Amino acid sequence: MTALAIRGGHLVDPAAGVDLPKDILLKDGRVAEIASPGKLKSANGADVLDATGLTVAPGLVDIHVHLREPGHTHKETIATGTAAAAAGGFTAVAAMPNTLPVNDSPETTRWMQAPERGAVIRVFPIAAATRGSKGDAINDYAALKSAGVVAVTDDGLPILKDNIMREVLAAAARVGLSVIQHAEDTRLTQGAGGAASMNLGPVSFRLGLRGMPPEAESSLVERDIRLVTELRDARAHLHVAHISTAAAVAAVRQARRNGLRVTCEVAPHHFLLTEEHVGLYNTNAKMNPPLRSAADRDAMIEAILDGVVDAIATDHAPHAVHEKEVEFENAPNGIIGVETALGLCLRWLHKEWKMPIGRVLSLLSAQPAALLGMKGRGTLTVGSFADVVVFDPKAEWTYNAREGKSKSRNTPFDGWTMQGKVRWTISEGRIAYERAS
Amino acid sequence: MNPTATPVRRQLHPPPVPASPFPYHPGSLLSVGDLSLDGISLILTRATALENQDPLTRDRILAKRRVALLFYESSTRTRTSFELAAKGLGADTTLVSSLSSSIEKGESLKDTGLTLRALGAEAIILRHNASGAAWLLEAETRLPVLNAGDGMHEHPTQALLDLRTILAHFDPSTKSCHPERAKRVEGPASQISPPHSIHQVTPETLAGVTVSIVGDILHSRVARSNMLLLPRLGARVLLCGPKELLPDLAALAGPGIAIERDFEAALRQSQAIIMLRIQAERLAGLQLDLEEYKARYQLTGQRLAAHAPEAVVLHPGPIIRGLEVTAGVADGPQSVILEQVRNGVAIRMAVVERALLAETAKGGRA
Ligand SMILES: [Zn+2]
Repeated sequence: MTALAIRGGHLVDPAAGVDLPKDILLKDGRVAEIASPGKLKSANGADVLDATGLTVAPGLVDIHVHLREPGHTHKETIATGTAAAAAGGFTAVAAMPNTLPVNDSPETTRWMQAPERGAVIRVFPIAAATRGSKGDAINDYAALKSAGVVAVTDDGLPILKDNIMREVLAAAARVGLSVIQHAEDTRLTQGAGGAASMNLGPVSFRLGLRGMPPEAESSLVERDIRLVTELRDARAHLHVAHISTAAAVAAVRQARRNGLRVTCEVAPHHFLLTEEHVGLYNTNAKMNPPLRSAADRDAMIEAILDGVVDAIATDHAPHAVHEKEVEFENAPNGIIGVETALGLCLRWLHKEWKMPIGRVLSLLSAQPAALLGMKGRGTLTVGSFADVVVFDPKAEWTYNAREGKSKSRNTPFDGWTMQGKVRWTISEGRIAYERAS
Repeated sequence: MNPTATPVRRQLHPPPVPASPFPYHPGSLLSVGDLSLDGISLILTRATALENQDPLTRDRILAKRRVALLFYESSTRTRTSFELAAKGLGADTTLVSSLSSSIEKGESLKDTGLTLRALGAEAIILRHNASGAAWLLEAETRLPVLNAGDGMHEHPTQALLDLRTILAHFDPSTKSCHPERAKRVEGPASQISPPHSIHQVTPETLAGVTVSIVGDILHSRVARSNMLLLPRLGARVLLCGPKELLPDLAALAGPGIAIERDFEAALRQSQAIIMLRIQAERLAGLQLDLEEYKARYQLTGQRLAAHAPEAVVLHPGPIIRGLEVTAGVADGPQSVILEQVRNGVAIRMAVVERALLAETAKGGRA
């Protein structure tokens, strides 16, 4: 493999505490050398990327994406989903198991990682916690882990039974896997009249839509934290997916004070939008958990700024256009997100709310990589994977969903102003995405 | 400033909520919120004018124009009312109902709407079981869409006909309603809309007037449209019902709305009472004892005489006699239920005319 030298850029590597002009040499899929500008020693013969005026950072890591393959390839494939992620600056994604079939086996895990799938960046499968995500029989976590799984979850089909969740946490802890819970007490959100389709509150009442109470999230987070407390000695790791309510964040904050291994991620839509953005039945503002109240949204921003949140994750959930062009209550949940995460985080967390760029990047790379044990990723030190994003941190641009790399365009951010334009995304030394300059 | 309040740590300026693009067509009537007060006045004025016009000249207004009625729920009253209204203006109507069409075969609302447009429909009147369906149909077809009831959300023509009914009985000098006023359902149309009935509405028209809406508020599109419309004319809306059918947050739906759980206290304050049907089909899973409900919320002749002897009683229908109201009240002197039906045709003539002539007529849009 040819070597690649990135010259003239400004290296921001929060995990290593670096925020300096540096040249960097990538060789054989790894970082070979980092040096002051013009001082690389072993760059002879390397291809050169001129990063003058650009920021060079560890490739971004999204620990919550739905790549839809196997089974739902009309929405997305591993090839198109990873191409979209690469365009957004990501070099690693963790893929949720709600595919067809559900990924609950080493075979499906390996199939997803096979070169024939055409992934342009690294895909880390997350396996179902229970057989078929049915919430009853626990999968063989040791076998799944050796096949490459980084966590287990029944995302979208939360584990309600206390005894099963306790067993899942204990079994995962024994093999060193994290348990990710989509916290939703579905007994409170799926009544006799049908599934609720947005946050419960004055807006859902006004729109005549059944609402999901915030307690459906917070009560399950609290239940899970109780179980982790019981399993304290086993060092069980609970990761709360796409947290969205002030009460659930408060529970996580308290659990951390109590020294528990409880972490959480927030999706950009949950720190930027509220239930008011549903507008008049915009199905591209329908996801689960739903957009919440302004107070909840503000609590997400505060929790990100004060460090309770461990990662920004997109919950990238592609759906075909015709699937979203239906009555609001009949539309599937989810929006795409990998192509807008960096642009939104820089535009809002950094520019608007003054979060240092290193901390923003840490939430998008170092922290999520560490959280799921992706060794050698999320940082750029000699010997780590050559996963790099090079972007213009000042450039503003307008997102046009039709021009995206994803197969789908279900996003509420179409037409929004983004900040930070990706120039190159490099995955293990190969250019996975390049924007025409 | 309250010194004990938690200080806001920083002033967040989050992304704004974008302005609504609806309605796309000026002739659409999706929500009562789409109408300005001038627009409402115009509809009330046209309703009376059309009602009083000679049917032989009236049916030239929309001669041979094509109006589709797209009904995903069975409905006798609303469908017939719209159909008579459109035909009364000379329009050709076609009915597409969920039981007799490709809808049954799983065609989407978008595709059905585009098909109707391709067949020449110039406006679509939609009744649908999903909240928001009318907005989807309008966005996809860009035709004038008249919302004839969407799920639990809105039923704007019902609110307009309720308003017309209340105004016909309203005496602005005393701020009270008189059941006997305008009380003729039989007979020539000109006696239905007395010349002194109010057509030009302002934010003060119903100032000092209280309208109670009683019963299953949670599932009622009639309640939502009325509670959004009446306060804009100065009325106070009291919502009355048990918690299962009337959550506290209903009071936050808009200005001028309050909750009064004591039915008799609500009656004592009201000049008009809108009784709602108990929607048995939506009660699945709710713990509601019908006998207890009747004991607390049924409008009986005795209750009415004791607490609201001057008020008018409305009901959007269909009535379940002996449940939300007794037969005696439904047929009694304070009931204006059949007038509502009559007013429905007049209001719907006005909104169908508005739908098809909107591009030439001025005004009427919020
Ligand atoms: Zn989820």
